[in-house]
Amino acid sequence: MSKRGDLPTWVDVGLIPLLNLLLALAAASVVFLLINENPIECLGIMIKGAVGSLKGWSYLLYYATNFIFTGLCVAVAFHAGLFNIGGEGQAYFAGLGAAIVGLNLEFLPWPIVIPLSIIASVLFGAFWGLVPGYLQAKRGSHIVITTIMFNFIASSLMVYLINYWFRPIGKMAVESREVTGAYILSFREIARQFFDYKYPASPLNLTVFLAFFVAWAVWYFLWRTKLGYEIRAVGLNSDAAVYAGIKPQRIIMIAMAVSGGLAGLVAVNEVLGAQHRLLLEYVQGAGFVGIAVALMGRNHPIGIVLAAMLFGLLYQGGTELSFAKQHINRDMVVVIQGLIILFMGALENAFRPYLTALFFKADD
Amino acid sequence: MFDIFLSAETLSSTIRMSVPLIFACLAGLWSERSGIVDIGLEGKMLAAAFTAAAAGAYFQSPWIALLLAIGVSILFSLVHGYASINQRGNQVVSGVAINMLAAGLAVVLGNEWFKEGGRTPPLPPEAQFPIFHMPGFDAIQSVPLVGPYLNIISGHSVLVYLAFVLVPVTAWALAKTRFGLRLRAVGENPHAVDTAGISVAKLRYQAVIIAGILCGFAGTYLSVALQGSFVRDMSAGRGFMALAALIFANWRAWPSMWACLLFGYLQAVGLRMQGFKIGDVEIPVQFINMLPYVMTVVLLAGFIGKSIPPRASGIPYTKDR
Repeated sequence: MSKRGDLPTWVDVGLIPLLNLLLALAAASVVFLLINENPIECLGIMIKGAVGSLKGWSYLLYYATNFIFTGLCVAVAFHAGLFNIGGEGQAYFAGLGAAIVGLNLEFLPWPIVIPLSIIASVLFGAFWGLVPGYLQAKRGSHIVITTIMFNFIASSLMVYLINYWFRPIGKMAVESREVTGAYILSFREIARQFFDYKYPASPLNLTVFLAFFVAWAVWYFLWRTKLGYEIRAVGLNSDAAVYAGIKPQRIIMIAMAVSGGLAGLVAVNEVLGAQHRLLLEYVQGAGFVGIAVALMGRNHPIGIVLAAMLFGLLYQGGTELSFAKQHINRDMVVVIQGLIILFMGALENAFRPYLTALFFKADD
Repeated sequence: MFDIFLSAETLSSTIRMSVPLIFACLAGLWSERSGIVDIGLEGKMLAAAFTAAAAGAYFQSPWIALLLAIGVSILFSLVHGYASINQRGNQVVSGVAINMLAAGLAVVLGNEWFKEGGRTPPLPPEAQFPIFHMPGFDAIQSVPLVGPYLNIISGHSVLVYLAFVLVPVTAWALAKTRFGLRLRAVGENPHAVDTAGISVAKLRYQAVIIAGILCGFAGTYLSVALQGSFVRDMSAGRGFMALAALIFANWRAWPSMWACLLFGYLQAVGLRMQGFKIGDVEIPVQFINMLPYVMTVVLLAGFIGKSIPPRASGIPYTKDR
């Protein structure tokens, strides 16, 4: 039995998030009405565009792959009591690792070069998370500010590197040459080569399986290993953790490295799987979506996978919506995303006092 | 080389680039001094920039544009205030939400109203702010060498002068007035202020509203005065740069201005540095662009000096029972 004052679990992880989500959607409806659109009709177009066809599902899962990685990134840091808003920069910087290994070691056979590229992505992402983690742990600089700064530093640095290092001479587009060795096959290519089946064109590739596996691995890491326990202990009460023989400084650095490494996996999906080259700004806000995904998924891998798929639906649906209704901009998705973060994050306790009153009135 | 680093054009452009930073930085100063962390400067600035450009195009008056922009910016700050003061929500999360909301809404509404993919039509001269010429400067302008340099402080939009006036006003208000002292106290030790019978929530709401007004100025300057129209994501990280300047200035008004001038100077130099070479080596402009952020990280790490935020910043206030 839960003790008095605590809401039952199903209310805490089910009803409250649902009510907050409905509130966010209600607010989004107001925006639709502002631009003279029927919100129900638009929602219908979005859902149909995302789950009404194999192509829609493919895009949904492709987006969700990125969001699972960035959502897990935010969640792992959060369990250590850290707010990592640097997923965007960590994912962007990780592209460097993927591209360096992918482009330079392409003489190796794919079963070697692909894992190496994945490891390089993770390591580069981890490094970009570890530095703010170190500065937080050892020098006391606030992680939120440092990770924001690191997003901007990564952004400038990558423009420079892609432009001066990776861009082939004479090429106008600011991007690297094609990654051929560490080439992760898309569903379409697999279907054509091995099953002689025509699968609709989409960037969905094998990385999606990695995403589901990593979600499981993060769950195992956080709830079944000693290190994961230590991370959660520091996040709950770092003073108490000290008495359990845990060194919070060490844990903060490890958590940030793991967090950055998870964001780094976005590079696998994008650089190795979807684009096959290092593009400018290829993360496209996935790092920030991760914040929304983690908030919505309550920092639990199962919740994160579901929330990532919901956001995948939102992104794919948003694209379809902007095709169906020319005057609706694709940025509508960003509005809905902002509203979800607002109502499920900052205002998450809006209903709690009322529900608590309701439940304990019924009890008495 | 001289042309890039010390010419009158660069220094004059430094003034223009630092103005939105100063407004936003002062906004952050007021908010954070009261204990409310404001990651949403960027979003409020962008919302104000869009409102000002849209209203300016519709009403053809910079003053109506400014008023509406300030109104919208205050609206966003009130959302932030409600989330952080009443709901005791996570202030960083609320700021992130505001940034996304502003960025998305500006493009969606702009596209609906003006059908130009989120842009607003360019503003004609009559819809822009009057330019202020220092009296007597027209005569000096023709003096060789010195003339152009005197122009650094003349011939800007009136908002530029307002920004520089607001620096001493803020410094004075925070240091000398009863309101300012109470506001700072609320950012350091809200319990003490509460015990003295002063409402923590009211003070924090006032601070958040002041931040909204200042972000309104910042955004209006950006779209109406600096660019003459709104384009998507035009705040381009200036809200975060202002935040960096605030840290750099250790949450004080005068140093904020100097930090903003420094960052504005780096932006001005960056704009002119495309293809700049020392000998045969091209100096990439990206390194200049990332300098403010690198400097802030180094400062935060305590390698040069120490930056200490208000003690209660980011912590929701709960009354003890």
